[in-house]
Amino acid sequence: MKRRSIAKYAAVAAALSLGLTACGGGSGSGDAKAAGTVRVTLANHVWTEGIKAAIPEFEKESGLKVELTQLGEDQLSDQYNVKLNAGSDEIDVMMYRPLQEGKAFAKNGYLADLTSKVSGDANWDWKDYQEGPVKASTVDGKVVGVPIITEREVLYYRKDLLQAAGVEVPKTMDELQAAAQKISAANPDTAGFVARTGKSAAVTQFSSFLYSFGGDFIGADGKSAIGSDAAKKAYSFYGGLIKNYGPKNVSTDMSWPEAMAIFTQGKAAFYTEADSLYKNATDPAKSKVADKVGFAALPAGPAGSKPYNIPSWGLAVNKASGNQDNAWKFIQWATSKDRTLQAQKAGVPGPRASVWADPAGTSTYPKDLAEAIAASAKNGVGHDRPEVVTVGKAREIVGAPIVATITGSDASAAADSANDAFQKFLDSEKK
Amino acid sequence: MSVLNTSRGNTSRGAARGASRGTARTSGPQRNFSAWANRHRKWLFAAPAMIFVGVLIIFPLAWTLYLSLTDSQGSVRAATEFIGLQNYATVLADVDRFWPAVGRTLTFTGLALVCEVVLGMGIALLLWRPFRGEKWVRVAILLPLVATPVAVGMMWRLIFDPNIGFANQLLGMIGIPAQPWLSGQDTALGTTIFMDIWQWTPMVVLILLAGLTSLSEEPDEAARMDGANAFQRFFFITLPLMMPTVIVAILLRGIDALKTFDILYATKGKGGGSFHEVETLNVYAYGLSFDYNQYGLSSAVLILFFMIIIGTMWLLTMRKKAVS
Repeated sequence: MKRRSIAKYAAVAAALSLGLTACGGGSGSGDAKAAGTVRVTLANHVWTEGIKAAIPEFEKESGLKVELTQLGEDQLSDQYNVKLNAGSDEIDVMMYRPLQEGKAFAKNGYLADLTSKVSGDANWDWKDYQEGPVKASTVDGKVVGVPIITEREVLYYRKDLLQAAGVEVPKTMDELQAAAQKISAANPDTAGFVARTGKSAAVTQFSSFLYSFGGDFIGADGKSAIGSDAAKKAYSFYGGLIKNYGPKNVSTDMSWPEAMAIFTQGKAAFYTEADSLYKNATDPAKSKVADKVGFAALPAGPAGSKPYNIPSWGLAVNKASGNQDNAWKFIQWATSKDRTLQAQKAGVPGPRASVWADPAGTSTYPKDLAEAIAASAKNGVGHDRPEVVTVGKAREIVGAPIVATITGSDASAAADSANDAFQKFLDSEKK
Repeated sequence: MSVLNTSRGNTSRGAARGASRGTARTSGPQRNFSAWANRHRKWLFAAPAMIFVGVLIIFPLAWTLYLSLTDSQGSVRAATEFIGLQNYATVLADVDRFWPAVGRTLTFTGLALVCEVVLGMGIALLLWRPFRGEKWVRVAILLPLVATPVAVGMMWRLIFDPNIGFANQLLGMIGIPAQPWLSGQDTALGTTIFMDIWQWTPMVVLILLAGLTSLSEEPDEAARMDGANAFQRFFFITLPLMMPTVIVAILLRGIDALKTFDILYATKGKGGGSFHEVETLNVYAYGLSFDYNQYGLSSAVLILFFMIIIGTMWLLTMRKKAVS
């Protein structure tokens, strides 16, 4: 068995590394179970920083030793692709993105079934978890992950610029457009609106616009819906805002770090982004406009205000791990009510209803942000990207019209051609 | 160890005889092993290297070739079907991503290589003759070489940011309008080529400088006596003598440039940007593997890419032989 898994490991590494970056070799797995060790792989995130600081507590309580690997988002994905693909047992607990990788990982059999574990402990309380996050961590009726971080799209804005221009905080998309226009006209060096522009990166933030205009990526019939009138209007609106009132030399590669940088450098009036990133804008060490930032719920489109409300990260157990009980112990501790409250106070919106209901849970949040989150949690949509297996490819397809509109192409034509491509993609996934 | 001692200086048959005489009193199996080891010592000594090559080069290649003939996707452990050359047909018919990627790979390599060799030659000539502060200049020139390509990519990405980057602010100071650099569809590839030149010209300088310092000075002096000017001496004496070194530099740098990945990935991310503007074959294959999990297709791209590299290497090696 051991020899086979090494061969598989080598095979995958080989297949993926020809002419590419070399894959790191694995250290011998050892008998982690006997040694009382839990091997945990986490992404670079505020949540991880909090957990890292608290790990000694867990080690003391449980008598287990935690071996932590921490990686950037993309490197994390690549590690999983290589290690899980090879059936490696070197990872016990893994931080993963339920909406990005959940379906693919579950389909490939990488994730252990946690259904009986989550419902086995009334004290830990699985019922306390919000519905959207639970749905996203459940595949084919089996719970494969425990959500740890949730996100909703909110409107970040500059209080000073709005006041100077004499405009109210926009409640509808039309008001947002008018305000962006007015402010950018009055301040030539400041963009009226900024948001992500990268083909793939923008998809998640565009999704809330799509829903608020009455559309979705996939229709109720399971067919591509990005060629619908609602979707065309949403593409045209989102792309148009950036094209007409966005930063002067707008790049089509912006993910959140670039867009956030423009906003925090004081170069934009409005910015729509995930609420979980708010600390970047309000922390004086990172933001030039820390004391001037306001938050509001996503403005309402023709179909109302419908931001996504999703679990961006969860914890799962590697199915190939021989150390699943200890892995579960770690997850149980890391996602306990108390730890979730601590994380939430440190600025990480969590998935537990009881923590949101607790005044302490929102005590550290700006008041307007807490209100925006509460409103978004009510009417939020449970996904922010197409719910398919190969999410990466799907995002590139449905993101193409966003970029096309930003660069001045016709939104309608771009949506039509993306619609054909997306339908073909959906058909190929069904095979 | 006794095997090593007894075998020195003998032919393999003689060594075997010597070994069997020298170990007459040792037990049967040990004697047999010694005799066997002596007979096969050329294989025995080469074995570690052969295992290394086998495990790290031949096996991966063979496995990639195998994957390229299957419909492997999602997980490499999932059941796959042998589909012959279908992946190759798909890839070769792909005019949206594959062929543009081939074009970009060749453009990137060609332009970067020409600039690096010309610039590298110029700098090497400047550094050839001793001058004051030579050491400092050499250290300064070598600095880009020691930086990690990913870090280099990140650094230039910040400098070339269209809105808050240093490059545009600098241009603004002297009254030139902001340029799109990495964010422009037409300018992105050129900008990454510039970054490659910035980082790798020092390596070419090193190779060429080594070549220059090993040149005999006599032909150059003789030409000088005959009244040839610097230009003539370079083109008719130094350059022809340097040709083998230049081709080595082109060969080494060319293969490296062909498979450039980190700079492109660090600056433009998956897919080489929103319009695939810097997507070379390597970036494309990476995306197919890690983003789309289409291992069969990705392997086919890599095998084709491998053939391009082998072909280029072969052409350059032939050229080097002709020059030497």
